[in-house]
Amino acid sequence: MKSLFKKYGVNVIAVVISYFILFFVMKMNLINSYFEGVMIFAMINIIVAIGLNIATGFLGELALGHAGFMAVGAYSAALFVRAVELPDSIALISGIFIGGLIAGVFGLIIGIPALRLRGDYLAIVTLGFGEMIRYTIINLRTLTGGASGLRGIPKITTLMDVFVVLIIVTAFSFLFIRSRHGRAIIAIRENEIAAESIGVPTTFYKVYAFFVSSFIAGIGGACFGMYQQYLTPDKFKFMFSVELFIIVVFGGMGSITGTIVAGIFLATLAEFLYSYEELRLLIYAVLLILLMIFKSDGILGRSEFSLVKTPTRIRALIIKLKKRFGKGVA
Amino acid sequence: MTQFLNQIINSLNVGSIYALIALGYTMVYGIVRLINFAHGEILMIGAFVGYFLATTFSMSLIPLLLLSMLACALIGMAIDRIAYKPLRTAPRISALITALGMSMFLSNLFKYIFGASDKIMPPVKLIGNIDLPNITFLTMTITVICMIALEYTVKKTKAGQAMRAVSEDRDAAQLMGINVDRTISLTFAIGSALGAVGGVLYALNYGNLEPYMGVMPGLKAFVAAVLGGIGIIPGAMVGGFLIGAIETFVKGYISSSWANVFVFGVLIIVLLVKPTGLFGKNVKEKV
Repeated sequence: MKSLFKKYGVNVIAVVISYFILFFVMKMNLINSYFEGVMIFAMINIIVAIGLNIATGFLGELALGHAGFMAVGAYSAALFVRAVELPDSIALISGIFIGGLIAGVFGLIIGIPALRLRGDYLAIVTLGFGEMIRYTIINLRTLTGGASGLRGIPKITTLMDVFVVLIIVTAFSFLFIRSRHGRAIIAIRENEIAAESIGVPTTFYKVYAFFVSSFIAGIGGACFGMYQQYLTPDKFKFMFSVELFIIVVFGGMGSITGTIVAGIFLATLAEFLYSYEELRLLIYAVLLILLMIFKSDGILGRSEFSLVKTPTRIRALIIKLKKRFGKGVA
Repeated sequence: MTQFLNQIINSLNVGSIYALIALGYTMVYGIVRLINFAHGEILMIGAFVGYFLATTFSMSLIPLLLLSMLACALIGMAIDRIAYKPLRTAPRISALITALGMSMFLSNLFKYIFGASDKIMPPVKLIGNIDLPNITFLTMTITVICMIALEYTVKKTKAGQAMRAVSEDRDAAQLMGINVDRTISLTFAIGSALGAVGGVLYALNYGNLEPYMGVMPGLKAFVAAVLGGIGIIPGAMVGGFLIGAIETFVKGYISSSWANVFVFGVLIIVLLVKPTGLFGKNVKEKV
């Protein structure tokens, strides 16, 4: 019983506390609507980046088209909530589900041919695919409003909703990665041939992981579509896929908590550089190159931040520091 | 009928530019197994160098082209030295991310320095006081000259032999006394110089240039390289012309806005049917 509490209880309590903090902060109007928007976008980016991390960090395949999956999720959820009259909460849940599912199906369509191949092909195919989605959205004028955008979407998503979705996605990803399926996926990353030889159906798991990855990207997109009252295909350019990818790389490929940390960090950086858009991308690029040359595994590498383990880790660190410097002082 | 002939001429025009760019991708991939995402930006830099030589020195095309090639060759070598060389032994994914970062860096650097607005390519003379011939004719002539020169370099010269050897087996090449680093540098230089030619021709064909101009032609040329079989030089040439043809014919007969969808669709179909590309050979996997 105690170990179960240690495993999940601490995290659950922490999540509930942070939920209430956020809730009261919102209730007391400490956050203005501009800052609320910034936080919502940051959380949505983190959700999509967690999805991307499953494909890139855990499966080890470079995917450069997640803006495309996000667009699919955003447009399908937006079109759905625009078409039907439902109470907000039901519309939100079904919109998220539909957005995720349709993006997931697209992920299957693209993953089945691309993932049979080895090497850099997935990067190219997803990249091309993301662009294809964008051009298709621009071309299907009657359905999506074309380049001028889709208007008149009800604004359903709130900050609290996105927070809850983020928590659910994070928890799900953790459980997924630590399940039997997750271990199979990590085995493919470590050595595909070895995994195959011990009986892991590699193609199946690659497609499976990619489905989950695009599903989560679709969820993020759905939240986005139901928050922004109008959608334009311009948002989902190749550069946006790269930005999502940068969040994953910064946080560490294969670390979900790292993605969250990096998402928050980059969103803050983006706020500071708000009026210098070119400079922001320039700084991202320089950071990316330096990171690859000097610390290619990102902020957290493959390890996860853990509330349960943090006290022990800090203690271990203190002991280590004492051993190194303590003698001189004493 | 005339429309059809026009389309063919158009497709050869666009295709030769794609082929020139695709050659850079394919040569670099062949030798270091890296998708050089920054190659599209090399095209952009080539076009910008051409633009500045044409506006500030009102230079004619031939010296302008040569100087732009030289500048891009140096930049290509510098990129390899600064960003890719430290990562030769790192996992491939790190090198790819670096390439992506380099691409972002160059396009945003140019945007930061020169602004995002379009620049108009001024009219240039061919050389001295001779007027520019028909642009399609010019593009194709320059492309053919470049390809013959490349083919000669790769097949007949010692440096070309070294390049082929390194792309076949780097370690064995090194054991035979080939300077691998220098050969890789040379490959980047040649690929980037061809990219510069592509950039200048692109700017001449479309008339304007901006910092993100390299992204789309870069991606399409990359599709062309994969279509022909990445790492194979004749494959890139054929792939470039094929992509040019597909794009032009979809634009001419179906709809101009669907052209890009078709180009990327072709990529996915190729990878489904023959993942090694038209000219690629199946490579047996060794454990």
